[in-house]
Amino acid sequence: MSAVVTSPAFKANAKAALADTELQKALALVEVNFIVRRRAAADQLPEFEALRDEARDIKDHALAHLDLYLEEYEKRVVAHGGHVHFAVDAEEARRIVLDVCRRLGAKTVTKGKTMIGEEIGINSFLEANGVVPIETDLGEYLIQLRGELPSHIIAPAVHLTKAQVAADFRRCHADLPRDRDLTEPTTLAAEARTVLRQKFLAADVGITGANFLIAETGSSVIVTNEGNGDLTQTLPKAHIVLASIDKVVPTLEDLSQLLRVLARSATGQEASVYTTVSTGPRRADDPDGPNEYHVVILDNGRSNMLGGQFRDILRCIRCGACMNHCPVYSAVGGHAYGWVYPGPMGAVMTPALVGIDKTGHLPNASTFCGRCEEVCPVRIPLPKMLRHWREREFERRLSPATVRAGLRFWAFFARHPRLYGLATLVFARSLAWFGRRRGRFRFLPFARGWTRHRDFPAPMGSTFQAQWRSRRRSS
Amino acid sequence: MVESKKRVGLFVTCLVDLIRPSVGFAAAKLIEDAGFMVEVPRQTCCGQPAFNSGDRATARALAEQVIAAFEGFDYVVAPSGSCGGQLKIHYPELFRDDPDWLARADAFAAKTYELVSFLVDVAGVTHVDATFEGTATYHDACSGLRELGVRVQPRRLLGTVQGLTMKEMADSEVCCGFGGTFATKYPDISATIVAKKAANVVATGADMVIAGDLGCLMNMAGKLSRDGKTIEVRHVAEVLAGMSDLPAIGAPPRERTP
Repeated sequence: MSAVVTSPAFKANAKAALADTELQKALALVEVNFIVRRRAAADQLPEFEALRDEARDIKDHALAHLDLYLEEYEKRVVAHGGHVHFAVDAEEARRIVLDVCRRLGAKTVTKGKTMIGEEIGINSFLEANGVVPIETDLGEYLIQLRGELPSHIIAPAVHLTKAQVAADFRRCHADLPRDRDLTEPTTLAAEARTVLRQKFLAADVGITGANFLIAETGSSVIVTNEGNGDLTQTLPKAHIVLASIDKVVPTLEDLSQLLRVLARSATGQEASVYTTVSTGPRRADDPDGPNEYHVVILDNGRSNMLGGQFRDILRCIRCGACMNHCPVYSAVGGHAYGWVYPGPMGAVMTPALVGIDKTGHLPNASTFCGRCEEVCPVRIPLPKMLRHWREREFERRLSPATVRAGLRFWAFFARHPRLYGLATLVFARSLAWFGRRRGRFRFLPFARGWTRHRDFPAPMGSTFQAQWRSRRRSS
Repeated sequence: MVESKKRVGLFVTCLVDLIRPSVGFAAAKLIEDAGFMVEVPRQTCCGQPAFNSGDRATARALAEQVIAAFEGFDYVVAPSGSCGGQLKIHYPELFRDDPDWLARADAFAAKTYELVSFLVDVAGVTHVDATFEGTATYHDACSGLRELGVRVQPRRLLGTVQGLTMKEMADSEVCCGFGGTFATKYPDISATIVAKKAANVVATGADMVIAGDLGCLMNMAGKLSRDGKTIEVRHVAEVLAGMSDLPAIGAPPRERTP
């Protein structure tokens, strides 16, 4: 029921993405909308780098004492009249959600943005069981209309252009006048708001994600820019929070520190428009709120990561800065990665959650340029962890046989310097002879991929070491 | 009596050795001009291709080979931020579970530098004796920039090349799409990334693009020449050493005048 993993087809996905002109138009805006704004926000805050250190330390501390904080969190939620459900895997999490919906006789469920919801494939599961899920985040709503996965963790529909959105609205909002004007982003947003407003009121259950869970108060926290999360969680009879074990932090003070780096890293905002802290169901004197408050805390393999090489990725606060700054993500977009989490954080997370045997391309499709680590608000060493996945792949002999054979061949020479000197001399000289006229090759049989797109500069002649030694001998 | 000069072991890098020896000679000249003695012990590769392919055993074996070959020098200098990063940052990582080798790797890392940062930060070079009439733009190769902090040093020295005007390109710190084996494993994606880089280079109107890593230079040169652009592509060492009269990377050899 979880989303189909198309990561094995990464190369084909990427090829299609590179040829998709609408997608390339949409991706070009990522630069303007995210990179420039993040830089400006960071530059305006002298203590930004120090805040990143603190954010890293807060998450590290929480992960080091995760059992303690999860227990504390659960105790607080229960004290406020809420329920905590620990789910080992996606199936258990889906079952818990469906049970609540069934017990309440829910027909429709409104949803705020939740990546855990995507991870467990909650929408298709609910639909298959007669409950209609309605996404209320504009981006999520758009991809629900299109039957797609999010292509970005904070901007799920970043791969779409305005024209595509307008076309989808004409197709899906068939009862509205055909000739209405849908050229302005504001008109599109207004139309979505009108359509969604009716759904909010009719929903029996509201599902949101959680950016953070606060142990000292038993609260769940969401940050949004549309306010849809608040309507989703206050209007229906029950509010279900979908979270994962790595979301818990000790205190509200910690939360306020993390929020200072989150929005700045994500959108360049000082703070998101809405930061909503929910603690338990509606109390007797509350003017509104749900009658039931449930938190589903998903593990899905994360506890196995706690003691190992991939622990640091659990610090991730889902800002999306790593993908915004990734040259590979900027070229192919999020869908090419073939599952829920794209970009550098996805290339580390996805193999852990669905298996390196299916996702080997993801950690390999990186130039190791290091820009992701440079901007990560919690300083996750992303390139290092991508390399660790490559090591796992190599150890388990999952990397392609041609790559392994090539490495063995090269390594043999590299480990025998005299032989290497001779072999490279012959190679450099012959290649230089063939390329002596043009100084470059338009085609090389052993570097077809390279020469398909660019020339290969010809060697100058003898190797440096051969020349150096003969010069030193003669001097 | 002549004061004994400190000895620098030049780690020339496998790409320079094979494709562009002039970068090695330029590096040697610059280091010698700065008052050091340069030697070139027999060498192959730093092992980064193995390290980044997940083959730690081979990476480690090659690291041991390099450390053993260069242990006797006062400094180890490489005309590459990528190989320099491998030697200085990643070698110690490879020996984390082996205290004896870790000590050797740490000592090796401590005296290892990327060429231009060595010249500026260690040797205190403030200007060079070189000329190039024209405009150039500088690409910050990723490993040098992010692992070794190479950013102002090359710009400072290039600023002293006579006749040379430097012009910054947009996104000079964004990857060119080379990424070692990435360029051959994912050629289509790599090509898209280098196309953006080439467009930024072309937009400056510069006569030449300069960088400190031969891999990136070959990638950019290959793209620019495929697109019919005549912008010269050169290693920073060649420009600083006054060797800009050589054919640029990927350019045809000059006709010999009789």
